[in-house]
Amino acid sequence: MADKSCELFDAGHRACGGCGAALAARLMLKAAGPNSIVVSSTGCMEVFSTPYPETAWKVPWIHSLFENASAVASGIESSLKKQGRKEKVIVMAGDGATFDIGMLCISGAFERGHDITYICYDNEAYMNTGIQRSGATPYDASTTTSPAGSQSFGNKRPKKDMPQILAAHGAPYVATASIAYPNDLIQKVEKAINTVGPTYVQIHVPCCTGWGFEGEQTIAIAKLAIETGLWVNYEMVDGKVTKAKKVVRKPVEEYLKTQKRFRHLFKPKRQDAEIAAIQAMADRNAEKYGIDIKIAKKE
Amino acid sequence: MALAVGCRARPGKARDNKTGSWRVFKPIFDHEICSKCGTCQIICPEGCITEDAEGFFDPDYAYCKGCGMCAQECPKDAISMKQEEK
Amino acid sequence: MLEITEGSMAVAEAVRLCRPQVVSAYPITPQTHIVEALAEMVANGKLDADYITVESEFSALSACIGASAAGSRTYSATTSQGLALMYEVCFNVAGMRLPIVMTIANRAMGAPLSIWNDQQDSISLRDSGWLQVYAEDNQEATDLHYIAYKVAENPAVLLPAMVCFDGFILSHTYEPVDMISQEDADKYLPKFVPKEKLDAADPISFGMYATPEYYLEFRYETDKALKDAAAAIRTAGAEFGKMFGRDYSALVEGYKLEDAETVIVAMGSICGTVKDTIDDMRAEGKKVGLLKIRVFRPFPSEDVAKALKGAKHVAVLDKNISLGAKGAVALEVKDALYGSAVPVYDYIIGLGGRDVRKKDIREVVALAEKGKGDQFIGLRKEVL
Repeated sequence: MADKSCELFDAGHRACGGCGAALAARLMLKAAGPNSIVVSSTGCMEVFSTPYPETAWKVPWIHSLFENASAVASGIESSLKKQGRKEKVIVMAGDGATFDIGMLCISGAFERGHDITYICYDNEAYMNTGIQRSGATPYDASTTTSPAGSQSFGNKRPKKDMPQILAAHGAPYVATASIAYPNDLIQKVEKAINTVGPTYVQIHVPCCTGWGFEGEQTIAIAKLAIETGLWVNYEMVDGKVTKAKKVVRKPVEEYLKTQKRFRHLFKPKRQDAEIAAIQAMADRNAEKYGIDIKIAKKE
Repeated sequence: MALAVGCRARPGKARDNKTGSWRVFKPIFDHEICSKCGTCQIICPEGCITEDAEGFFDPDYAYCKGCGMCAQECPKDAISMKQEEK
Repeated sequence: MLEITEGSMAVAEAVRLCRPQVVSAYPITPQTHIVEALAEMVANGKLDADYITVESEFSALSACIGASAAGSRTYSATTSQGLALMYEVCFNVAGMRLPIVMTIANRAMGAPLSIWNDQQDSISLRDSGWLQVYAEDNQEATDLHYIAYKVAENPAVLLPAMVCFDGFILSHTYEPVDMISQEDADKYLPKFVPKEKLDAADPISFGMYATPEYYLEFRYETDKALKDAAAAIRTAGAEFGKMFGRDYSALVEGYKLEDAETVIVAMGSICGTVKDTIDDMRAEGKKVGLLKIRVFRPFPSEDVAKALKGAKHVAVLDKNISLGAKGAVALEVKDALYGSAVPVYDYIIGLGGRDVRKKDIREVVALAEKGKGDQFIGLRKEVL
């Protein structure tokens, strides 16, 4: 059982106030414990936690390049195996590093079946470089490389389904989590770490700076993502969905209107067709994962 | 301090950076209302909220950035954000 | 023990004797025989290593980073396109000061695609901070691996090393090679025990980022470490000589240099052809000699200047070209001779596996003596 009183991520790091990723790092480390080696990709978390000579990491940690965390982790796992050491190898990488530029390395690592845990902190864009679109950016989100304008509603593509892709690689445990439910997050990370083989946990981390909301709302917005069905918290064991968090669903509008990155769907004119399209995505998620709490009607 | 070979460091120096200086608003914790649920401690991105001997919680103002997440999430509204007098 | 063996096999055996714990490599012609031989050794229990069949060269070197940082001696091998794919990682390894050793079976860079030999691949990474040594024959290729690990892992060095040997010409050629015993290899190259590694018992953050306040100093230190590595190479090379009778303490080697009026400067297997040509020309009374450069990084400027100061003409053979400028070796030789009156002529030769014959070397000498340089040797004008 994870020692939740353990603080392995030092204060004094330079994350924005209200940063979801910083919280994710703290919580992940509670699940991991001190007998871990963390591999970070280039990105917000790496940058705000390790400006030489200040490091917030109280476990052994390594950063190499943007796209190769999985390959570096593979090498560490291999080395530990030969040395007979028991530390757990954990990757902590953003969505850009995972879904896009790191696709080659994560696919190779999972195909080879290394005993590593890959945690993706998903803030749905390249945040560290100033909020550019990634394969994890949701439909119609405005980013600097998929901006909303007179000719565009923002990002044209839905989120890449990374958890399913890794389940298809034969990953024994794949889960999605959110900083909205910290205890669930810790439990899932712990399970992933204790499952032998390559495991994956994708954590939803709202970004106040990138999505356009006040820092105090980070948890509230993470909750709304789940309550509207736009983010589903679920677990997959050996490729089959075993558990999904059920909700009494709210209309997607309640989530979209809280963030500047979706403001163009409401101002200057309300975009009914676009909002309906997003609602349809949420409805499909609800159906696929069975998340609707059905309130029985009295006949 | 000599330059570390390969740009490496042992933990500790992050704490030299007192991020409390970033604050505009300061969280005030009311122990009269606090139900000791621990939500604030678990969700703080700085990890700077600690439990005292009686089970109440307080932030370390040397590091608290005043983000307001604790105030927003406290189920008893025991935390309020006040503009800081500098 | 003397064996007639293929270059790749000799290198694989040398690597085996160095006891790497993690081998991480991706196949590419003409390096494949090395990585296949190592896989077979692992499968038959002759090499106690974890062999990672990575999905690209980029991942191959990246996995080495992880393994090396965690405390293992690691190994990779590549060439040409594969090395180019590792470009980003190479700079990363040197900056992180990880003592990874990698064999380069030198091959031309595409486009156009070519599987045949020249030295463009490793020479194009001369800025990266890796030690670079070039083997004249398979004996050198073999021996240089033990020395590379010893130098790389020296706590005063802690830099990665490329051991370069010409693809096909050396890798796929059978030559007599003296292989040392495991016992002797262990004596020369003890276990890798890094002072710092990824270890829960002593947490360290590797690969932090450096602001403008620190970056310049880190680069200065890495450059200094590479330049100072020359001393470590001399010591390790001399020790090898004492133990095995083959001395590698010199970064450059002269052949019939003492009274030479025309000196050819070259790296790699081409030196064999040059030496044969020099023997022929000496028999005709011509005063020619060779300065072989074995260590290209750190560049032995002082040794080169000293060796060439008496020459009337210096002809540099470059199996590479910095497109739009000159051959890389010639540029460095010219820099070493800056301020002296010795003329240096650059000859681009043997690119993409073009055979270099004794008459090509004679042509080079003739051109140098006429004061004509900066040209391609063997250009087929009829095809242009």
